[in-house]
Amino acid sequence: MKQVAIRVENLSHFYGSHQSLKNISLEIYRNEILGIIGPAKSGKSTFLACLNRLNDLIPGSRVEGRILVDGEDIYSPEVDVVALRRKLGIVFATPVPLPLTIYENIVYGVRLLGRNNRKELDWIVEDSLEKAGLWNEVKDRLHTSALKLSGGQQQRLCIARVLALKPQFIMLDEPTSGLDPISTMKIEDSLRTLKKDYTIILVTNNTKQAARVADRTAFFLMGELVEIDETPVVFTRPADKRTEDYILGRFG
Amino acid sequence: MRISPKIEQKLVQVVLYTFTSTAIIILIFILAVIFKNGIPQLSLEFLTRNPADMGREGGILSTIVATIFLTFIALLVATPLGVGTAIYLTEYTVESRVTRIIRFGAECLAGIPSIIFGLFGFILFVNKLGFGWSILSGGLTLAFMVLPTIIRTSEEAIKAVPHAYRLVSFSLGSTRWQSVTRVVLPSALPGIVTGVILSIGRSIGETAVVIFTAGSALRMPTSLFSSSRTMAVHFYILAKEGVSMPKAYGTAAVLVISILIINIVTYYLMEKYIRRKS
Repeated sequence: MKQVAIRVENLSHFYGSHQSLKNISLEIYRNEILGIIGPAKSGKSTFLACLNRLNDLIPGSRVEGRILVDGEDIYSPEVDVVALRRKLGIVFATPVPLPLTIYENIVYGVRLLGRNNRKELDWIVEDSLEKAGLWNEVKDRLHTSALKLSGGQQQRLCIARVLALKPQFIMLDEPTSGLDPISTMKIEDSLRTLKKDYTIILVTNNTKQAARVADRTAFFLMGELVEIDETPVVFTRPADKRTEDYILGRFG
Repeated sequence: MRISPKIEQKLVQVVLYTFTSTAIIILIFILAVIFKNGIPQLSLEFLTRNPADMGREGGILSTIVATIFLTFIALLVATPLGVGTAIYLTEYTVESRVTRIIRFGAECLAGIPSIIFGLFGFILFVNKLGFGWSILSGGLTLAFMVLPTIIRTSEEAIKAVPHAYRLVSFSLGSTRWQSVTRVVLPSALPGIVTGVILSIGRSIGETAVVIFTAGSALRMPTSLFSSSRTMAVHFYILAKEGVSMPKAYGTAAVLVISILIINIVTYYLMEKYIRRKS
């Protein structure tokens, strides 16, 4: 019934001698929103970086265990890392528009592939911005600097930029942490719509956000996966005392 | 004995103000002397005719041309080398003993007196490689002289580009080279250009290197292998050998004015570029 898209087997991650992820095993299903909650420094962001191998860029980073994306071990030597990163798009906590126009931000990843057909690019820009819920706000100023957008708009631009890659997975790392409630709501709305076509992994330090949008929720604590289950289960009958304490705000 | 804070404040202000104005006063003094003596010499003829009678008569056209060629070659060689080195040091290696040695080497190169560069260029390009006293020898030697400046300023400019830009670029599926050419370099461009302008200024004004490597022939250069005299060298010879002080001042004025114009134009263009990007 549920199709496994990503299977993580005994994943451990080290920065030098410091172990930041401890023996994590979990499955991510296709077209679900998986929420990942946990206090700061619990390994949530590192986990995302392992999934698209952005951790490769950090000196001293080392991975043990396996991650299978569509059955393919992404740490095997023959994997095309650039293609992998297109498949698992990521949106960071702080919106980072590149110092380009709105239009050029969206097509950045497309142009990297050498696709420069104006009509195709125009269409991708409209489609991606539409899906990210930003089109109506910016359609008249596509060729102005993206740095002039508000924080919430910038974050939706970053989502649109990822969508333009036609990824299968969208990973969001605390995407609303710096945003006001209305911007947050808009982004959560987009996520619910996007779920139809994408598998979404949402790291959030806001447990209520996970409760609102995630189908399943995983709780990370100090590099360990404490538990993962259907969101209502995690929030009402957590199996682990630590999960309950965290959700009730007793720590973190 | 303690001075009251109020007086101390006043005193420091006066002293620092004096220090600051010294720099400006010296600049104004130099410009005043050069312009007072040089501007009256300037005319269309001065700019468009070749020197005659060892520089006593005529204009300085051939020295202007030589200066442009030399500087152009120097920058043509030094810019890719310097920026390339900076890219390697910042983007393609992690900080290690090797990068520190390379950087220290570049610093040392910057500290070498220009006359030593002149000697080096004379031995290597003029003699060993047989380019003779020529625009090519001079340009190449100048390139090595300004290389450390370009490396250093480019490296600083590249380092100042937010790390997040690279992360975003990689996450959107770029290779390292793509992120360098599409995000890092465009953002670092103003800083890199500043280094290049500094280098242009130094090349235009350099004498020691040029005398040793490009010679001092007054003819209009016809090829890369022509021996030729730059404006700075022309000024030096006119003044030192007492050929013609008025012509020397005229040359100096042209030299100073061209450097000023280059600075003003580039900063204006940079300003526009930065405004367009943000």
